[in-house]
Amino acid sequence: MVRLPYFIALTTLFSYVLIFTIGRLRDLFRTLVDFYRPKSEGDQGYAPICLGLEDFYSRRLYRRIQDCFGRPLAGAPDTWIDVVDRHSNDSNKTIQRTADTRRCLNLGSYNYLGFAASDEYCTPRVVDCLKKYSPSTCSVRVDGGTTKLHAELEDLVARFVGKPAAVIFGMGYATNSSIIPVLTGKGGLIISDSLNHNSIVNGARGSGAVVRVFQHNTPLHLEEVLREQVAAGQPRTHRPWKKIIVIVEGIYSMEGEICKLPEIVAVCKKYKAYTYLDEAHSIGAVGKSGRGVCELLGVDPADVDVMMGTFTKSFGSCGGYIAASKEIIQYLKYACPAHLYATSMSPPAVEQVICAMKVISGEDGSNRGAVKLARIRENSNFFRSQLQKMGLQVLGDNDSPIMPIMLYNPSKIPAFSRECLKQNVAVVTVAFPATPLLLARARICISASHTREDLIRGLKVISEVGDLVGIKYFPVEPEKHLAESGGAMVD
Amino acid sequence: MASAVMNATTVALDWLSSSFDAPLARAVIFGVHVDGHLVVEVLLIVVILFLLSRKSYKHPKKPLTEKEIDELCEDWVPEPLHPPITEEMLSEPPTLESAAGTHTMIDGKEVVNFACANYLGLIGHEKLINSCASSLEKYGVGSCGPRGFYGTIDVHLDCEERISKFLGTSDSVLYSYGISTIFSVIPAFCKKGDIIVADEGVHWGVQNGLYLSRSTVVYFKHNDMASLESTLERITKGNKRAERLRRYIVVEAVYQNSGQVAPLDVIVKLKERYHFRVILDESNSFGVLGSSGRGLSEHCGVPINKIDIITSGLGGALATDGGFCTGSVRVVDHQRLSSSGYVFSASLPPYLASAAISAIDHLEENPSLLGQLRENISLLRRELEDVPGLTVSSSPLSPMVFLTLKRSTGSPKADQQLLEDITNRALKEDGVFIVTSKRSTLDRCRLPIGIRLFVSAGHTHGDILKASASLKRVAAAALSEPI
Repeated sequence: MVRLPYFIALTTLFSYVLIFTIGRLRDLFRTLVDFYRPKSEGDQGYAPICLGLEDFYSRRLYRRIQDCFGRPLAGAPDTWIDVVDRHSNDSNKTIQRTADTRRCLNLGSYNYLGFAASDEYCTPRVVDCLKKYSPSTCSVRVDGGTTKLHAELEDLVARFVGKPAAVIFGMGYATNSSIIPVLTGKGGLIISDSLNHNSIVNGARGSGAVVRVFQHNTPLHLEEVLREQVAAGQPRTHRPWKKIIVIVEGIYSMEGEICKLPEIVAVCKKYKAYTYLDEAHSIGAVGKSGRGVCELLGVDPADVDVMMGTFTKSFGSCGGYIAASKEIIQYLKYACPAHLYATSMSPPAVEQVICAMKVISGEDGSNRGAVKLARIRENSNFFRSQLQKMGLQVLGDNDSPIMPIMLYNPSKIPAFSRECLKQNVAVVTVAFPATPLLLARARICISASHTREDLIRGLKVISEVGDLVGIKYFPVEPEKHLAESGGAMVD
Repeated sequence: MASAVMNATTVALDWLSSSFDAPLARAVIFGVHVDGHLVVEVLLIVVILFLLSRKSYKHPKKPLTEKEIDELCEDWVPEPLHPPITEEMLSEPPTLESAAGTHTMIDGKEVVNFACANYLGLIGHEKLINSCASSLEKYGVGSCGPRGFYGTIDVHLDCEERISKFLGTSDSVLYSYGISTIFSVIPAFCKKGDIIVADEGVHWGVQNGLYLSRSTVVYFKHNDMASLESTLERITKGNKRAERLRRYIVVEAVYQNSGQVAPLDVIVKLKERYHFRVILDESNSFGVLGSSGRGLSEHCGVPINKIDIITSGLGGALATDGGFCTGSVRVVDHQRLSSSGYVFSASLPPYLASAAISAIDHLEENPSLLGQLRENISLLRRELEDVPGLTVSSSPLSPMVFLTLKRSTGSPKADQQLLEDITNRALKEDGVFIVTSKRSTLDRCRLPIGIRLFVSAGHTHGDILKASASLKRVAAAALSEPI
């Protein structure tokens, strides 16, 4: 739940209406011009690729601020990055790269534990592995794609997470999209959090089960939905459901909030529903030894039926995993399409995860892992408290390394992004469709490799740009409680 | 007594009628005498109309009480998350102990590897490994973000340019996983209400994409052009509405489930006649077909701009991972915002992108690899002509040689067991690594399963002869035993 002052809500709405109207006017002119221009040979008789308003947002809104997204890097996505300068000759319709780069502080990449670039323990081992196993096995896991490394990593992941067995895949997105249809099909019910990631939504849709949504992170509403659904049964036939799966995420990537796992698990146990936890952003990043939200909130991993995670964020690699009981994993290995039809994970990437996990759990013989985990917690809490002191509206819970700063107004999105880039700080701004239309935000991701000086520099720049752009909605501490009481609540 | 009652009734009725008639005795409306009884009749008609207009009486619904809901919740028993574990679910694939090249180590023994789609023999190639190693030193392993949020590295853009230059298209999009390419591309272009005509033998990735797109999907018989034509005719005939909808034909160049090759020239002629767009999946033909490896369009002599959308995985001939999609500028631009596998997923690791660039460079410099591959395929097919009990059912162009049972045992499970028996023996006894095609429970393809041999340009004559000899011996042994 986000509270915004009425004035801000009105101005944001007004801006969108203005942009929309101008966009429609331009579309009107385009239709008139096209009417008089002869149609090109190849398109005769074919329906256009995008009809009507389908790509209106892309053409008339997104394109104007296209330079704020997709900025290419000329090096590793480390703490300091080389952002390639780009320019456009036709007001952002097309953008070209130049040969110049600028060195910026990276506040946008998912590099929670600092494994992104070359690491002193991991990289030599990864290069050795590359020379031995080649960049790819060119085969699916059930054919010739299983190497010793894959088996080792599955064991390691299972031990790390605290479950009996695990299976790994080459892409986190494909993990969700192909596991959920295997776990439940027609006749089942999936109850998912309203702000779940697109991969979960796609997996749920692809399964053929009925999908219901509960209010974001509200265990009471989940209980209500469960009671209603179990009592009512399947729609129209009212037969009892075959099984019910509740899907939640550990840390929500657009809100920075940590899931209320103990309450949700308690509710699911009471109503005999299965829990599926997606720890894409929380594995390795939270918890005293990096074991994720279960460790942080004191939930026994045995209480969560299926735990999913990705290796992209905290381990500096690619791919995803599922950890569950031995029987479920055996069944998944037999039936999951991503295991049977998709190329197995690239061996150097597997080696990177193995090395990263060894560092985090201290098995490499040093205490770098513990240092990294302590640093990321310290950095996140410091940064968040400083941002709040400045008067910015920051979402998310303590200990979470993701900090969305609310912008709201569509014109502040490019303003914030470009001004920060001018001062050599790279931030990520997110708008529709990843967030609701009125709630655009800038999202900061803190890393364990950020030093105190880096963070202070980042804070200085954000404060200056914040003043310039006008996003300090809740002025400094003493007046804060007055402003909050007069605000409007938006879900 | 009776007459008294009668008298009383008559008096009462007379009084009633007089009291009704009296007030209106002199009323004349529209030249009609209004008598008292007319008022009663009008009232009756109004009541009848009122009753007719009311809905029929329904039993009122009572919502469930909290106690009843509690009881229902307690009584409900869910199915377990997994079905009972059977024998076949416990089987583990062989574990490789070295690179998956043409020769690999399994259980300490060196075996000839026909199970990896290493078509050009680039696994273990020095050039590829060197470019990957320098990429790893420079960029690390992962890209730590989706393409829109600082996950775009310059090698990604270079790779996209290289691919489109190689194929002759205007631009391309790089995806981070082979299978996610096609199931992200199809829902990006096909929405609810559109019409898709697809081959019934397409692989799971395509099927998932078709399901997620929520369009109307019509399947035609596997690789049968007459069936395709009649389906297209049936859909568009007399259907005025069909002309305003988007229409697509989805085919694969070399089908993963059978090894057949789609006749692209016929498909393009049909597409132009009926105004459909073509989506072509070239995962097993990119870098294999065509005189310079540019795929099925080069092989069939079809100009590449006639095919609207081409997708492919990079896990085949190019010996890396990931996928790409290419087409006209409009097609490619649209995907950058609306393709879920591109927008919501982390980008391809940079070292795999640089591996792809080196692989394409190497292929362009050494087109003789293709000749070598073709020679190996025809040699293998010749040798496998007389394997007892199995017949070669894939196309002569396909780098994946597909063997099916001449006579099925009757049940798919028994077929699967027999084929696996053959492949296990070949691995254990002769050191030849071949595999059967496996089907997921979610796959709706009904084509027969079989044994697959992935031929590589790196295989020597000796390897091929060894594999065919082993297969002949093992098949004879396995089929002669009673099941």
